[in-house]
Amino acid sequence: MSALNVDNTVDDPRQRSPLVLGHTDFASVTNEICAVNEAPKPPKLWYVTLVISACLASTLLVLVGYLVVTGVGVWGNNNPVMWGFPIVNFVFWVGIGHAGTLISAILFLFRQKWRTSINRFAEAMTIFAVICAGLFPGIHIGRVWLAYWLFPIPNQMEMWPQFRSPLLWDVFAVSTYFTVSLLFWYVGMIPDLATLRDRSNNRIKAIAYGFFSLGWRGSMRHWHRYERAYLLLAALATPLVLSVHSVVSFDFAVSQLPGWHTTIFPPYFVAGAIFSGFAMVLTLAIPARQIWGLKNFITMRHLENMNKVILLTGSMVGYAYGTEFFIAWYSGELYEKFAFINRAFGQYAWAYWIMVSCNVLSPQVFWFKRARTSIWLMFIVSIFVNIGMWFERFVIVVTSLAQDFLPSSWGYYEPTWVDTMTFVGSFGLFMTLFLLFIRFLPVLAIAEIKAVMPEADPHAHHEHDPDHDHEEGHA
Amino acid sequence: MSQSSSREKIWGYAAEFTTPAAITQAAKKVAAAGYRWWDCHTPFPVHGLDIAMGVKPTILPIIVFFGGLTGTLVAIFLQVFTNSLEVNLWAIVPVIGYQFEVSGKPLISGPAFVPVMFELTVLLSALTTVGSMFLLNGLPCLYHPVLKSTKLARITDDRFYIVIEARDPKFTDEATRSFLDSLGPESIEPLEP
Repeated sequence: MSALNVDNTVDDPRQRSPLVLGHTDFASVTNEICAVNEAPKPPKLWYVTLVISACLASTLLVLVGYLVVTGVGVWGNNNPVMWGFPIVNFVFWVGIGHAGTLISAILFLFRQKWRTSINRFAEAMTIFAVICAGLFPGIHIGRVWLAYWLFPIPNQMEMWPQFRSPLLWDVFAVSTYFTVSLLFWYVGMIPDLATLRDRSNNRIKAIAYGFFSLGWRGSMRHWHRYERAYLLLAALATPLVLSVHSVVSFDFAVSQLPGWHTTIFPPYFVAGAIFSGFAMVLTLAIPARQIWGLKNFITMRHLENMNKVILLTGSMVGYAYGTEFFIAWYSGELYEKFAFINRAFGQYAWAYWIMVSCNVLSPQVFWFKRARTSIWLMFIVSIFVNIGMWFERFVIVVTSLAQDFLPSSWGYYEPTWVDTMTFVGSFGLFMTLFLLFIRFLPVLAIAEIKAVMPEADPHAHHEHDPDHDHEEGHA
Repeated sequence: MSQSSSREKIWGYAAEFTTPAAITQAAKKVAAAGYRWWDCHTPFPVHGLDIAMGVKPTILPIIVFFGGLTGTLVAIFLQVFTNSLEVNLWAIVPVIGYQFEVSGKPLISGPAFVPVMFELTVLLSALTTVGSMFLLNGLPCLYHPVLKSTKLARITDDRFYIVIEARDPKFTDEATRSFLDSLGPESIEPLEP
């Protein structure tokens, strides 16, 4: 059944390139994907990475405890840099999440069938990234036990949140985003959970998968409403994902600070978010397809497509960097000009140039097909982009705050070990959740993958010449 | 329906097909034969099968529209009430918002309320979508004859089934069975209730 040597990255207008390699029947697709969950033991590497991730996640918990007990003084945040690592990390993690929704919702609306092999993955990544993101504003408020003040809850003080503040919009945007992503992910997973339920060989699995699959029985009358619901969720998630990072950018853009107070922020943030998210999908998908043998589903064509998106969004981000400089010069605003010259050549110039080289220069290799189809190169570039996008947020947050209008209030920000380890710990939390997901939930959208196979076309006849399979397939 | 009293316990018949094309052809015939209590069970949504079965378009989008509208209204009310209102209903129910005076801006600032209006619209629409889809589909479903039969477990793998229920007015044990047989299935399974 192996067809790994088939090159499906060729674009031949006479026929569609296959999205699933080496399978011509549905049962073998089910078997191969379920094998990830049904293997008696996961690969050794899974245990190793899980132990490391769980240790880091525990570090995160301990450090959050330390913060709560001691106070925000354990961080490097100072006056004037009130927003240090926590907000940098928050924006970074929210951004990562965006690729998942883009893949699952926007590509769905555009009828990009290649999304089916990576959407489950990417949606899981979204949810775990948003969990990591949500943690930081929560602990950043100082008195963590008062985090519920963020929400409009009736209270004895007769106080309400200030709805004209972008920080409150953020609370609504991120919590809506998390809820809708979770619904989308779960609804998409119900048929596959039912598959795992029907294949389960012990009672615990049968009950657990049975509970979460809600008694799904593949009824066509159900599928009819299910498909409509899925389409509606995609249509709702599409403007939502664009709004979330726009609202995050309002946290900056609505303020008066030079370097933040710019109208380019919403589109620039959204492009950057998709860029960083796709890089993270690649970083996770490349090892996962190797270790669990999912190369027939996450094919080179999928990876190549993602690289094209990275090239596009990376160039958009680069264009935005350029526009910022142009506008700073063209506006004639003294403070704005200073802010940008200071970004590129001031005390944080090192961070700025890391950002530019990782985000703008490194994806340019993807103009060449050799680079787009080279596993090692794309893995390295995806890591670079992750680093670069984290530094982008660092540059935005820290440089503008450290040197604003009045030289007498300038300062320099340095993270403490608690800052650094909290950030590293958040990766531990993310990876722990992700590894558990791979082991216990359907990693790929089994039902959706079957639906994009040529065999799923009700107009295809097995007896016919394969060339005529699609003659009445798509109007 | 009461033709064979010995087999009253039957819930319906399931006919097995192996390809989407086969079940689509068969479903057209079942619909044309005038059955009403019947269904197709498939591992994935077969394109056009719902139309072949004569399934009416769902009212889900209309419900979702009202869900979204509720979200918008809740958001408007929430923001206007919490940030600007001060009503004392007959001195019994004091309803007092918290009036922030910021830079002399009006208490009801329309544009500033848009993001939360948008978010709550999306949130309530999404919750309505999933909630009504479950409700209309009767999920979660704790028990169903189709799930009981172990032979039909391949529905979630690679097999396609047409199920005609015994409660259908046109259902008679022999006639329905031979009708299903005429559709050319791989096998026919009786389903217990």
